Amino acid sequence: MPAKPNGKGSEKVRRVIVVGGGLAGLMTVIKLCEAGVPVDLFSLVPVKRSHSVCAQGGINASVNTKGEGDSPAVHLEETVYGGDFLANQPPVKGMADAAPGIVFMLDRMGVPFNRTAEGLLDFRRFGGTLFHRTAFAGATTGQQLLYALDEQVRRYETLDVEDSKGSVIRGEKMVRKFELWDFLSIVRDDDGVARGIVAQDLKSMEIEAFSGEAVCLATGGCGIVFGRSTNSVINTGTAAAAVYRQGACYANGEFIQVHPTAIPGADKLRLISESARGEGGRVWVPRDPRDARKGREIPEKDREYFLEEKYPGYGNLVPRDIAARELFKKCFHEKRGVYDPKTKKNENEVYLDLTHMPEEMLRKKLAGILEIYEKFVGEDPYTNPMRVFPAVHYSMGGLWVDFERSHSGSLVIGSPRNQATNIEGLYACGECDYQYHGANRLGANSLLSCIYGGMAAGPAIATYVKNMRKASTGDTSKSVFEAARKREEDHYKSILDMEGDENPYVLHQELAETMLRDCTIERDNGVLDKVIEKIDDIELRARKCGVTDQATHANQGAPFIRHLFNMVVIARVIAQGARNRDESRGAHFKPAFEKRDDKNWLRTTLAMHEAGEGNQNNSIKYVRGIDYSIHGAPMHASDAVDVSLVTPRVRKYETAGAASETAKKSDDHEDEKSENRAEA
Amino acid sequence: MERTVKLKIRRQDGPHRPETRRWEEFVVPWQPRMNVISALMEIRKNPVTTKGEKVAPVVWESVCLEEVCGSCTMLVNGKVRQSCTALVDAISPHGETITLEPMSKFPLVRDLVVDRSRMFGDLKKVHAWIQLDGTHELGPGPRQSQENQEEAYPLSRCMTCGCCLEACPQINDSSGFVGPAALNQVRLFNLHPSGKLHASERLETVMGEDGVAGCGKAQNCVEVCPKEIPLVDSIASVARQTTKQMLFKWLLK
Repeated sequence: MPAKPNGKGSEKVRRVIVVGGGLAGLMTVIKLCEAGVPVDLFSLVPVKRSHSVCAQGGINASVNTKGEGDSPAVHLEETVYGGDFLANQPPVKGMADAAPGIVFMLDRMGVPFNRTAEGLLDFRRFGGTLFHRTAFAGATTGQQLLYALDEQVRRYETLDVEDSKGSVIRGEKMVRKFELWDFLSIVRDDDGVARGIVAQDLKSMEIEAFSGEAVCLATGGCGIVFGRSTNSVINTGTAAAAVYRQGACYANGEFIQVHPTAIPGADKLRLISESARGEGGRVWVPRDPRDARKGREIPEKDREYFLEEKYPGYGNLVPRDIAARELFKKCFHEKRGVYDPKTKKNENEVYLDLTHMPEEMLRKKLAGILEIYEKFVGEDPYTNPMRVFPAVHYSMGGLWVDFERSHSGSLVIGSPRNQATNIEGLYACGECDYQYHGANRLGANSLLSCIYGGMAAGPAIATYVKNMRKASTGDTSKSVFEAARKREEDHYKSILDMEGDENPYVLHQELAETMLRDCTIERDNGVLDKVIEKIDDIELRARKCGVTDQATHANQGAPFIRHLFNMVVIARVIAQGARNRDESRGAHFKPAFEKRDDKNWLRTTLAMHEAGEGNQNNSIKYVRGIDYSIHGAPMHASDAVDVSLVTPRVRKYETAGAASETAKKSDDHEDEKSENRAEA
Repeated sequence: MERTVKLKIRRQDGPHRPETRRWEEFVVPWQPRMNVISALMEIRKNPVTTKGEKVAPVVWESVCLEEVCGSCTMLVNGKVRQSCTALVDAISPHGETITLEPMSKFPLVRDLVVDRSRMFGDLKKVHAWIQLDGTHELGPGPRQSQENQEEAYPLSRCMTCGCCLEACPQINDSSGFVGPAALNQVRLFNLHPSGKLHASERLETVMGEDGVAGCGKAQNCVEVCPKEIPLVDSIASVARQTTKQMLFKWLLK
């Protein structure tokens, strides 16, 4: 049994609390440990099973080993261009600049990245770029990266804490893990500062308060709000929703990425990585919508490669928002999906074809995903074109976090403002923040943003902790923790007593079906009004749930009701944000407002929670700026997007190179230079 | 008649509640592309047994549902495997009852959930990591051949799911054998150019009966590994390395 810091107390050591053991959380832990700050790490599941394992294709870094003229400047430009200019640019610059170093660090940690003949890291192509920028370990890169960071954190679990004079504090390790614990809320003191968390042990069901000098959430996305998605079942967004309810600002919630290529399934929509297209995969439908032949029997002339035809510049590697919309259009509006002679219907499926590629190459570079296809569909993807359809995949939106801009337009690493939420002492990084992807994330940027987010959060928190005047452990009254614990325990007891007729899993399914149907690829204000009504209805009915399980040990039913309450809250933030934003930008698309509207909407959506009373539904207050403080110093941020590095322009993926003016300029420059040399 | 799926599930309320050990049977509607997990998800929407008894939903562990996290390992029709890849049409083609049981070599938590924390503890024991100087920028890592990567990558796909321990006859109450998964990690890290620098330290942790000598060569592990990791080769490789190390030590004395 782990020691309970607040109960049977080790108050000898002041620790920081990190919640979430995916890439972002683990990187934060490592950075804190390197700064000499001990950590308590909480995770809903054993850390090694976090959702980061699902990432397949790779991680971006402009190392430019293929002599293409790639650079971090181009990576920055293509990322903000792909994100339709909604991302603040300094954090993106920081990330793109750090990327090569991050991939080298992962390589040093032992990640088995694929290699070139010369023994260097190999890179492949991904969406939204023409460069080979993505390092990869087969098609299970996320798993390999997670394991590497997990191993480093495990090493810190064996290392002793030392005091300022370098002597070992007995019985205290640098990292203590609390796995299979559910985060419930942060503990805020009388000044509103985050002083720790309340969490529940999912085996003993005990609810405990823990003190932490600062708290960092790295709790991932909220795909389960949409039910079946490419997300893991744990990604309910519950932690982010809980702190949002406690006053943290949630930004750009309406931006939900739909991935163009996933395998339909009864429990989950399994991702087929963009790397399939990066390695040469082609998307097509039969030209004849009644073509009853098997995919592999349909000859070239009878196939419509609709992405290549419409977007000759980027072809199958247009960004995900565009590809998903085109697939959706083919299947839904034009009814041109693959025809199934058994059902006599055009199914919502298109072909993703790798059969023209050499099998040996596929086995070396894509085996992980092809194995998933084979196991779940029961068809050999080496000889049969795969059948895929879009699925909810990633949340660009998330907890609002700040940054401090350096003179060069990057981040001041070590500034306590980086990754800080508007609640003092509460930080966030990884998919649960909103920082790096604007209105649409480019493929293979998520692993990068998770790790970079952790690299920014760790030093920021270390600085914050060093300058604290009043500690959480020791200086903060025990009653603050006890009150927070009691509040959560009472709430849990009230859930155990719920005796209504509604089944929480059925309610979740209803919520998810509405969100998936009406709040993803295409959005309409009339429909969204109904979605919001439906969310209100589900919120009221959720209070009339019957708890499915009253066990005092390893109870999964009662905590699910808590997650359901929080999913309803996040669903409203997503739907209302979508309702408000009358434009089309990145993943947010309204046919009635087809163009991007920079004049009115080049700004971050900032949502603040307003609790409803009694039978009243919760509501949202939208703000245009945020005021908060760090150690008494006032901080301010507005909703204006920092576009100081790349001037916004309209996206044109029909034209090759449109996303990378910077590369073109440096090419021209090179040409000029060589011309000059020739003349000389 | 509507197609259905029959499940027979071994249940127990907690580790210290052997009196609650029982079988319960459920019937749920069939869906296309259904797997064992989606059947369990159906049960919790209406947790009533075939006898008409309203019960608490079955408790199980799952995360990724695509066989990369290792969570949902259990005995499906008596065989240890991930339940997410257990497709109903494949394991019960004619509507046969599907039986689900928790793994038997780990302490039971409840129903189908067991406690596999010993496996994570073993990773500590065998120093399954690279001794990194720090995460600051130190330039590229050591160059590696494609062959080296192709040997390491399959070993690195171990998801600590526990199948190999469940199937191994040497893993039992009277043995301290560390098991194939951890030994495979020793091979993996001893392959890496920087990991090699601490190979002998790692080998020291797996000398003797609880380590590599504990293997009874039943080869069950490699049969059940869902990622087809060459576990027997890994154990053999680590055995050779430990023998060499012992010999050298003896010669140097």
